[in-house]
Amino acid sequence: MGAPRFWRNTKSRYNLYGVRCGTCEKNYFPPRKICPSCRRASKLESVKLKASGEVVTYTIIHSAPEGFENQTPYIMAIVKLSEGPMLTTQIVDCEIEDASIGMPVEGVFRKINESGRDGPIYYGMKFRPPRSSN
Amino acid sequence: MNRVAVIGVGVTKFGELWDYSFSDLFVEAGSAAIIDAGIDGKDIGSIYVGNMSGGRFVNQEHIASLIADHAGLNPVPATRIEAACASGGLAVRQGVMAVASGMHDVVVVGGAEKMTDITTEKVTQILVTAADQEWEAFLGMTFPGLYGMIARRHMHEFGTTREQLAEVAVKNHANAKNNPTAQFRFDVSVEKVLNSTMVADPLTLLDCSPITDGAACIILATEEKAGEFCDSPIYITGAGQSTSTIALHDRLQMTVSDATINASKMAYKMAGKTPGDIDVAEVHDCFTIAELIGIEGLDFCDIGSGGRFTEEGCTAIGGEIPVNTSGGLKAKGHPVGATGVAQVVEIAYQLRGEAGKRQVDGAEVGLTHNVGGSGGTAAVHILER
Repeated sequence: MGAPRFWRNTKSRYNLYGVRCGTCEKNYFPPRKICPSCRRASKLESVKLKASGEVVTYTIIHSAPEGFENQTPYIMAIVKLSEGPMLTTQIVDCEIEDASIGMPVEGVFRKINESGRDGPIYYGMKFRPPRSSN
Repeated sequence: MNRVAVIGVGVTKFGELWDYSFSDLFVEAGSAAIIDAGIDGKDIGSIYVGNMSGGRFVNQEHIASLIADHAGLNPVPATRIEAACASGGLAVRQGVMAVASGMHDVVVVGGAEKMTDITTEKVTQILVTAADQEWEAFLGMTFPGLYGMIARRHMHEFGTTREQLAEVAVKNHANAKNNPTAQFRFDVSVEKVLNSTMVADPLTLLDCSPITDGAACIILATEEKAGEFCDSPIYITGAGQSTSTIALHDRLQMTVSDATINASKMAYKMAGKTPGDIDVAEVHDCFTIAELIGIEGLDFCDIGSGGRFTEEGCTAIGGEIPVNTSGGLKAKGHPVGATGVAQVVEIAYQLRGEAGKRQVDGAEVGLTHNVGGSGGTAAVHILER
């Protein structure tokens, strides 16, 4: 991905900014320009979503795309955030045999990939089982 | 609206065809279809061709012009249609609309993909362009990964077993043995599927359709023209197409293909048929789990019961509704842009009674189901003798 294409989404990638529709009161992530339910009645405002949720489903990638080969096997999941939207993410700090549907997870800022030797390094949010507070 | 007839079909061998160029593929399939129909170049009003990614697989865009030129059909208008793995199905729909509307009397619908000139890693990367690049692929997701997540959720919600998924591959390989143009003409066992290399847990290599070169072509005509050229026309009586979210994570229920449900309802209604009327179907099985959610969405069985339905043999030849007699994408092969057209070719063979050892006795009504991406596009056609 070229630097501008990545850069224009950094607010969402780094801090989980989505949008909230004032008409139907649903949250969306990533941000959309039109609420798919309300369409021309959309009233979208930027909202920072809580980086907590649970695993809806997951897979373990053994055959990886370019740039991810040295991470295999790794867990990819769909996470439903506590405030509604679902997103695709890598699950980290978790043994692959410990992954499960319904598992609570929290967001953590990590390196995602890099664009060759000289290109930009991409960061963003991954998710992990919550650390106990004590 | 004109009735639309399939008056000729042609398909190449599917597989790793290193001695074939992209152009060789569609010229062979197209010539076969034109000869089968008994038409001449001057009869052709327009060409529609399904192709997912000529630009990235073989560095060739402007496919439509290339095809018309190399097939010796200039100056016939030619149009390329792209909807990832549903490109072929959508090309069929464009052809149907052109004839049904009266715009053209005879059209050529082709599909072609040349996938083996580049490495598997590159192919994987190109195929995942059918997913949301910024919020799925960029984060390390793959296509088998998306279907792996659907499979895991299906197992969780409905109790579908790993063995039931494998049964799809076992059946489709068995059917492909009797299809001379199929890529994989050998049997696999449930055990072999389960023990093959893990790709995206719970899916193994033998749950996945292969990387394939191939092309397919059909000739469509009005009923009147069909009578001039053809003794055994097959009619396309139902055509449906629908979209859903491009990203799997935005799907309301990721184990249900709502695009399949909506496209098939449209096609059933147009044809005046019900799922029970279908004698044979080609269902989009890019992964074993895809066939299960396909047959559920087409209403051949209840949502969630596809695994059991398959295990009981209901989708085998001789079963309640034979599915993927050609071997399906799984074993016939999946040259992405060609697949939706090749499905119509197989149903035409079945309805003409020309399917040899894989013939479904007395088949009169058939259905094709072609999906793009993880379910963002679906196209369904109903064909009748």
